[in-house]
Amino acid sequence: MRGLRQIFAVTWLNLRNLPQRIGSSVVAVIGVAAVVLVFAAVLSMAKGFERTMISAGSDDTAIIMRSGSTSELTSGLSNDQTLIIANAPGVLKDGDTAVMSAELYVVVDVKKKSTNTDANVPFRGIQPGAFAVRNSVTLVEGRMFETGKNEIIVGRAAQREFAGLDTGSTIRFGQTEWHIVGAFEANGSVSESELWTDVITLQDVYRRGTSFQSVRVKLQGAGSLQELKDALEADPRISPDVMSEKEYYSEQAAPLSRFIKLLGYPLTILMSIGAVFGALNSMYSSVSVRGKEIATLRALGFGPISILFSTMIESTLLALVGGIVGGAAAYLVFNGFQVSTLNGASFSQVVFDFAVTPDLLIDGLYAALIIGAFGGLFPAIRAARLPVAQALREL
Amino acid sequence: MSEILARLEGVSRIYQKGKERVEVLHELDLEIPKGDFIAIMGPSGSGKTTLLNLLGGLDKPTAGTVTVGGAELSSMSNSQLSHWRSTNIGFIFQFYNLLPVLTALRNVELPLLLTDFSSKERVKRASIALDIVGLSDRAKHYPRELSGGQEQRVAIARAIVSDPSLLLCDEPTGDLDRETADEILRLLQVLNREHGKTIVMVTHDAQAADFANRSLHCDKGTLEAKEAA
Amino acid sequence: MKYFRLVWKNAWRKKIRTLLTVLSVFVAFLLFALLSALGFAFRGGVDVADAERLIVIDKISLINLLPMSYMNRIAATDGVDAVTHASWFGGYYQEPRNQFGQFPVDPQTYFNMYPEFNIPAEQFEAFKRNRTGAVVGQELADSYGWKVGDRIPIQATIWTKADGGRTWEFDLEGIFSTDDPRGSSALMLFQYDYFEEARAFAKGTVGWYILRVAKGADPIQVANAIDLQFANSPSETETSTEAAFAQSFTKQFGNIALIVTLILGAVFFTLLLVSGNTMSQSVRERISELAVLKTLGFGDRAMLGIVLSESILIMLMGGLLGLGLGWLVVQGLAQQMGAFLPGIFLSPGAIAGGVAMMIGAGILAGIFPALTAMRLSIIDALARA
Repeated sequence: MRGLRQIFAVTWLNLRNLPQRIGSSVVAVIGVAAVVLVFAAVLSMAKGFERTMISAGSDDTAIIMRSGSTSELTSGLSNDQTLIIANAPGVLKDGDTAVMSAELYVVVDVKKKSTNTDANVPFRGIQPGAFAVRNSVTLVEGRMFETGKNEIIVGRAAQREFAGLDTGSTIRFGQTEWHIVGAFEANGSVSESELWTDVITLQDVYRRGTSFQSVRVKLQGAGSLQELKDALEADPRISPDVMSEKEYYSEQAAPLSRFIKLLGYPLTILMSIGAVFGALNSMYSSVSVRGKEIATLRALGFGPISILFSTMIESTLLALVGGIVGGAAAYLVFNGFQVSTLNGASFSQVVFDFAVTPDLLIDGLYAALIIGAFGGLFPAIRAARLPVAQALREL
Repeated sequence: MSEILARLEGVSRIYQKGKERVEVLHELDLEIPKGDFIAIMGPSGSGKTTLLNLLGGLDKPTAGTVTVGGAELSSMSNSQLSHWRSTNIGFIFQFYNLLPVLTALRNVELPLLLTDFSSKERVKRASIALDIVGLSDRAKHYPRELSGGQEQRVAIARAIVSDPSLLLCDEPTGDLDRETADEILRLLQVLNREHGKTIVMVTHDAQAADFANRSLHCDKGTLEAKEAA
Repeated sequence: MKYFRLVWKNAWRKKIRTLLTVLSVFVAFLLFALLSALGFAFRGGVDVADAERLIVIDKISLINLLPMSYMNRIAATDGVDAVTHASWFGGYYQEPRNQFGQFPVDPQTYFNMYPEFNIPAEQFEAFKRNRTGAVVGQELADSYGWKVGDRIPIQATIWTKADGGRTWEFDLEGIFSTDDPRGSSALMLFQYDYFEEARAFAKGTVGWYILRVAKGADPIQVANAIDLQFANSPSETETSTEAAFAQSFTKQFGNIALIVTLILGAVFFTLLLVSGNTMSQSVRERISELAVLKTLGFGDRAMLGIVLSESILIMLMGGLLGLGLGWLVVQGLAQQMGAFLPGIFLSPGAIAGGVAMMIGAGILAGIFPALTAMRLSIIDALARA
């Protein structure tokens, strides 16, 4: 217990004369804050992107595409094949009709508001069952499009990010004019980055005949996915890839999210190393400034362990403060900030926002603690080992 | 005697400390002939260090003129004074003030960096100066490896390396024991008698004054002759 | 330069402190090198784009195909020197994540259009003669360890074969490289004829056309002339310079440049704090020494110079090491992972910019301490000692 009391006493002393060493201390704090800020900012991009993508997928919806396609865009299904799917086991029925939506999308150019340059936006043709097969898509403005007319409803996120998509306006793609008659929300998921119209109209305008790219169906229950998969794979008329929508979107999210993390983690590690150097610098200078005081304490009988620990605690506390400052800054500045980028897998834009989540902030604090520990270790050892006589001279 | 090297005429130096006006020197007159060795003694705060600073162009008088070697210091700008100092004055301080990161030789060489001499020439001159003070064998040593007396001798070598006419010493033996102090004072004597350097030395040490030609007493901003040489 | 010894010795006054500062600078500039190279990769080859090449795509979307019949009509347009075409195959090698560019092309006209691709003559001839032949860029060959003579199967995701299969096999007839270290050679080229014959659908189409503008002709005018030809047709075109085309992609990545700049901004801000702190400590500790220098006759400029030189020296030491290592790492990355990070390159411009920043940062970090040194009162400083 005496040891612990000593440590507290010395630590308290250290912290009390911190104002004398305010310059170095501030530098250490800001160094750590910068690391945590960058870490949180970069990784919150990955988190936000993942969240947008994954929240789109539900467990009780299956998506069927042609086998071997890496995404909807590269898939192709005939009209007959969609009918086969509609009648397959495991598909939820509403009375006699299957709850499903056979869909097709093309990529169109729309100007991004932030850069005023063209971006690839997904333009999807849906069937009436599209709202039912997805979780929580609701029309929030205007009305649903009518079939046989060139009418579109736009996702809220797309409306915010790209120009000219307000309800009531008209937009031209190539030769064709389309009227925007409503807007929908989908819980912030990737569907909100899209423009939707009737699939038959889309097939017509883009001369796709009667082909689709994907079919989404609502599943009856727990074992239905496997049932559906087995039935379709056994059928010689169709060679499908059947998976849950959730799984599909996770796969779609993987490349970009992996890429961001591949950049983000090494970047953070490198910056942390830099921060450790900065912290070491501060702590060494702190120790040398306190030289006389340390020597006096030692002469009075305080053990080297108390000196060592108090230095480590000081360093760690400074780093923690830096971590909190950096995390708070990241949250205030970046959280909810909307961006969009090209998702290679779908070859179209995904609109998402930075998600500075609690677990990111906690990771940031861990990083700060590690930096603080490393930054304080060697100076602490030096402080503890300082020969008393030399220290008294080294004013 | 000989020509006058330095002259102070009607020199006053007044400091403004908040609301207080402190008159450190009061209408001082002083003539220093070439080749003289003067000791200036007096209590702390008597203005003797200020006197030295004025002679060296480190400070300007509030009134009066300071002329050294024909140059009227009070009318020169700071950069002119810097340049003038480098060739005309050698300073020797109580605490040596050597640069700890340089060897003895390189410390002595410092004033020569301000000249156009080649590297070879600078090293040659610095070596000669070190030789004069008897420390050639310590050329490559750092100040922390030298004793107090040795450090002061390096400082003296630095003070004479650019061959100035006037040496200003502020308590040169203040930090040394008796025996070492006497060595330093003897060295100053040699510089004065054999090398013709004019020396003004401010000191507390009564025995130091014996090494000089004459002593002056500085008190409350005025000078009085103490005893003739 | 005679002051170098003084500056150097002063810089290393407190060895650990200087070493740690140099290391901080080192990390900052290593980051700078890596992020610059990455930013360069994201520019998608804008800097190496040939000013005389134009790309013709479907006006509505890049992924729409263009009729083969356009080829002759484009060639016949005023101001067009040569035309070729390419299409997006979009397959993968062995696993879905091994994706890279595969393009069915007309070998002779394609290589004529891209003279920066170098390939040994015999290999090229072999390629032209072999219907199922292919050539790959050096970066790609290095990444996957391919050698001439290998059989390379590519899994198609879009292009099923007429016989229903999805595996397209190619004979590797040659390996090409690019002149310019900034350009990327992470792609695979094979015969359009084979593609056309073996694919199940969309026959008679290509992905886009590439053309070379005749000497003296205005690229914009030629572009407009081409687009005018196909206006109001089922497949309207959009023709742009290669640079503009590349940029349209990088713009889609949102503002990578901005993000990189912000990160570097945070890094350098911290760096300035660290070095500024070091420099001010360094000056504070030796006020009396600096006063002595002034008494010796060192003037204002010399005092400023001595302190600023020390600050800049520290920056240069760490910075040049950081840039050096960064350069080596980028070289390594380009070689090992050329397929995934095409175009990663540390440009001379970036290096020059880095050096300029070292000097600038050195001045910024050192300016206040330097001014303190310059302005110090000799008398007060010495009296304090």
